[in-house]
Amino acid sequence: MIKVKNLHKSFGNNEVLKDITTDISKGEVVSIIGPSGSGKSTFLRCLNLLEKPTKGSVLVHNQNITDPKTNIMKIREQIGMVFQHFYLFPHMTVLENLTYAPLKVKGESKQVAQSKARDLLAKVGLTDKETAFPSSLSGGQKQRVAIARALAMEPELMLFDEPTSALDPEMVKEVLDVMKDLAKSGMTMAVVTHEMGFAKEVADRVLFLDHGMLIEEGNPEQFFDQPKTERAKGFLEKIL
Amino acid sequence: MNLDFGQIVPYIPFMLEGIWVTLKFVIFAIIFGFVLGTLLALCKISHVKVIGWLADAYTSVFRGTPLILQLMIIYYAVPELVGYDISPFLSSILAFGLNSSAYVSEIIRAGIQAVDKGQTEAAQALGVPYNQMMKDIILPQAMKNILPALMNEFITLTKESALVSTIGYLDLMRRATVVGADLYRNFEPLLFVGVIYYLLVMGLTIIGRLVERRLRYSD
Repeated sequence: MIKVKNLHKSFGNNEVLKDITTDISKGEVVSIIGPSGSGKSTFLRCLNLLEKPTKGSVLVHNQNITDPKTNIMKIREQIGMVFQHFYLFPHMTVLENLTYAPLKVKGESKQVAQSKARDLLAKVGLTDKETAFPSSLSGGQKQRVAIARALAMEPELMLFDEPTSALDPEMVKEVLDVMKDLAKSGMTMAVVTHEMGFAKEVADRVLFLDHGMLIEEGNPEQFFDQPKTERAKGFLEKIL
Repeated sequence: MNLDFGQIVPYIPFMLEGIWVTLKFVIFAIIFGFVLGTLLALCKISHVKVIGWLADAYTSVFRGTPLILQLMIIYYAVPELVGYDISPFLSSILAFGLNSSAYVSEIIRAGIQAVDKGQTEAAQALGVPYNQMMKDIILPQAMKNILPALMNEFITLTKESALVSTIGYLDLMRRATVVGADLYRNFEPLLFVGVIYYLLVMGLTIIGRLVERRLRYSD
């Protein structure tokens, strides 16, 4: 579904991503881990062109999104994204947050958009919050709304950029649970995370990045139990 | 000093009429300045550099020269050039609107840039086109933050509107001087319109507070 070929990204003279090649197939859950500053988030943000790759290509459904002729807006409709700091629209209610893009971007009718939004709110356990404003929600609730907002566009792929890093510890579980359900439902997911438990339990594949390079990739059991590279070993020793 | 307000009583209706005359062009000037200011602000944050420079140059000129000079140029000088006999009313709206837009554009630009960049990213990630994102997501949040600064600008404009008396527009200020000349007493009519200006500004302040309170619902 997504093919990344020789991806490079530099900010000025700082090369953040160096020659990354990998792909994500449909229904796969990929965890991207690595020390901070390793380029994980930048890599994820290249997948929907929030960052423009310096070199290389990103193919979504065989369409090269780095090609200026590609309509990136259309591609982004198919790719949901969840951010570390939620970025809910603070001047809209929870329900409006969920229905805004389906109404304005997809041109859905209000009725359809609202009923879908309510289904999603039920799924993330926030039915009673539809008229609430984001400022009145806890971090965990905000992130669940953000996930529902992304899902409201019925994307084929979901990107998660450290979705639990800004949460109080007791709220991490409720968000991870929603993500686990989503993974079980067959959603294709790319998750940048520091939650090794989640990576181990839910991911089909782990990508380990360090200093902008893809050092190691493999299935979680193998990666966590017998990492092949010294760098991965060193990283795992520090955090586990 | 003996103040005698009795003498201005016959002139009160004449001076009160000035309220509407002043308000009429102030309202138009505020709206014109606000719309143009918003467009200029959008130009300033544009990725097309030339557009940004043009907007900056505009602001620089209109902020860098006296308002009364701009008013005089529009009322006296431009007709010499183009032969169109512009009315004091239209000149006033133009001068105050163009001038105000320079200030408003800076306020709005700052407001837009103060909105968390994540809001833009969240909208982009949802596939929301730029224009729609600005209109529905960025500008409403920016407006809420800059409302006090905007109200300040509107209040300044309302008070500075007295400048139009210099081109013979029969606004509040002009009427006070007319009455003063008639009576050979200046203190009473000037005090009288002074109170009216003050009440107008108070009215604006209250409107601003109400709008601010309404926008704060989501906090």
